Amino acid sequence: MSAESQPDVTDDIDFVAERDSEEFQELRKTHRSFVFPMAIFFLVWYFAYVLLADYFHDFMSIKVFGNINMGILLGLLQFVSTFVITALYVQFSNNKLDPKASKIRERLEKEGVN
Amino acid sequence: MNSSLILAQGAESTQVGNPLVNIAIFAAFVGITLVIVLKASKNNKTAADYYAGGRSFTGTQNGTAIAGDYLSAASFLGIVGAIAINGYDGFLYSIGFLVAWLVALLLVAELLRNTGKFTMADVLSFRLKQRPVRIAAAVSTLAVCVFYLLAQMAGAGALVSLLLGIDGKLGQSLVIIVVGALMIMYVLIGGMKGTTWVQIIKACLLIAGALIMTVWTLALFGFNFSELLGKAAEVAGNPELLNPGLKYGMSGTSKLDFISLALALVLGTAGLPHVLMRFYTVPTAKEARRSVVWAIWLIGAFYLFTLVLGFGAGALIGPDRIKAAPGGVNSAAPLLAYELGGTLLLGLISAVAFATILAVVAGLTITAAASFAHDVYASVIAKDKTTPEKEMKVARRTVVIIGIFAIAGGIGAQGQNVAFLVALAFAVAASANLPTILYSLFWKGFKTRGAVWSMYGGLSSALLLIIFSPVFSGSETSMIPSIDMAIFPLANPGIVSIPLAFLLGWLGSITDPGVEDITKQAEMEVRSLTGVGAEKAVDH
Repeated sequence: MSAESQPDVTDDIDFVAERDSEEFQELRKTHRSFVFPMAIFFLVWYFAYVLLADYFHDFMSIKVFGNINMGILLGLLQFVSTFVITALYVQFSNNKLDPKASKIRERLEKEGVN
Repeated sequence: MNSSLILAQGAESTQVGNPLVNIAIFAAFVGITLVIVLKASKNNKTAADYYAGGRSFTGTQNGTAIAGDYLSAASFLGIVGAIAINGYDGFLYSIGFLVAWLVALLLVAELLRNTGKFTMADVLSFRLKQRPVRIAAAVSTLAVCVFYLLAQMAGAGALVSLLLGIDGKLGQSLVIIVVGALMIMYVLIGGMKGTTWVQIIKACLLIAGALIMTVWTLALFGFNFSELLGKAAEVAGNPELLNPGLKYGMSGTSKLDFISLALALVLGTAGLPHVLMRFYTVPTAKEARRSVVWAIWLIGAFYLFTLVLGFGAGALIGPDRIKAAPGGVNSAAPLLAYELGGTLLLGLISAVAFATILAVVAGLTITAAASFAHDVYASVIAKDKTTPEKEMKVARRTVVIIGIFAIAGGIGAQGQNVAFLVALAFAVAASANLPTILYSLFWKGFKTRGAVWSMYGGLSSALLLIIFSPVFSGSETSMIPSIDMAIFPLANPGIVSIPLAFLLGWLGSITDPGVEDITKQAEMEVRSLTGVGAEKAVDH
């Protein structure tokens, strides 16, 4: 019901042909080549941290400076990596994804009106 | 007579601050937000207005509202208390709660915004068979909302005794009724627009309050975090406070339990229906991205504050005094506020804690109502032959019914140990919702049977494992201590139910003899990445 109930420009678009088009496949590849490796990276890094905190107490208890130990340091690094990945993704989307996506969208919306 | 005397004495010796000040500040919050809700409701004409706030919020506004929706009283009072008492192991929670947002940012938010209209079911049923998938998605949406809602309402009762000095069961019930009635009013009148503004205001207050307390606490230690940590360990009389293991390091089972919790936290967030629904309140996918980015900054900053506040409460008040106070672990943040800024800061923080419950239950209620009216009523009961007016009428009635249910549940749950409900909501979201969301967005071979198996399998396995776990029966801290049917040793079901749901989604899809609509599948893929044909903002 999400598609039929709205008067919409997409009724006349041949989505199968569009999906198979080189332009769209390129966009899809660009998108996946960033989000998949990044998702795997942060999940591995997060669970490495979880396992360290869960099973390697001695390592996490090593004092680095003052009362700050490896545990606190690595925990704070999780915050830093989250912020950095967020910033990287925004930059990647603005520069690489958005131009490709809007080009296809604008063309399709124009075709749909005709 | 005797018991009331003891209660009065107890209240005198441990009660800090002035309940009247707390109530007055909370009343001011209610007054201001009500005026804003009334103003916002003038434009509630269409379903897109009511469910999605006219899709007219900016990414910044929506990101702030997401933070308001996500940072519940449990994460504020609970995490500060957990760090004060359990030290490092309390900090582990907040990391999971934050990192989880990367799943939403990278894999879900924008694609979902581009393909859906109002609910999670819109996306999941886009290219599969409408009816079975929509019903399954609605069932798991309602389940997550109800668990989360009950946890919040039960928490409201506990907060009352702590912050307003109301100890009696009747008094607590009355406050739960007031909170529930206010919530019904906000959602009924204001719809998504009103709810969003309540969440934005609450998020600003909560984060500002936490920031003030953080700077204040750090200033007391000459902005030397290491010194603060040292003092916390010294007051606790336990240097292990700064190391992991105090809570989860006890045994092999508790260690495994923590991994299970970590899985549910990191995969559950992007499957929480009330979070997903927020992505429809912005006009474009780009604004949805901006929302998550803002939410990540705000939520990340907030959890950094709680790290300071938790160890600060440990250092300035000490675990023993916190545990002895009414409200126990949850009283760490309010006690710290009183220690720092006296009655006024305590009043502010108390009011913020109440506003937090109000905003979170409002967000949950509108999500549940939208899912029932849009997915169950309009698509299944009325078989798509309904009008938007009628659907909204059903949604409004659902709001009232859920509100009454929440009040009754909150009163019934008083004194019960229902802390596991939030963890259960995350586990269900991670098992029943996230696998199907990811499969339908990224796997061409995903089929109806896979979706149905994965959603019902994830939901029922998470529920069954909880029922047969020690949180439900068999130990002193269980919900029902008198019987013992705990055959599953972990308090968190995620480590079993999440992989199971992924497996069922795959198995169901490869064994499904039916064929799916290939044009719909292509359409979903093109739409999700380009945003062509996505619902636009409503003009007024």
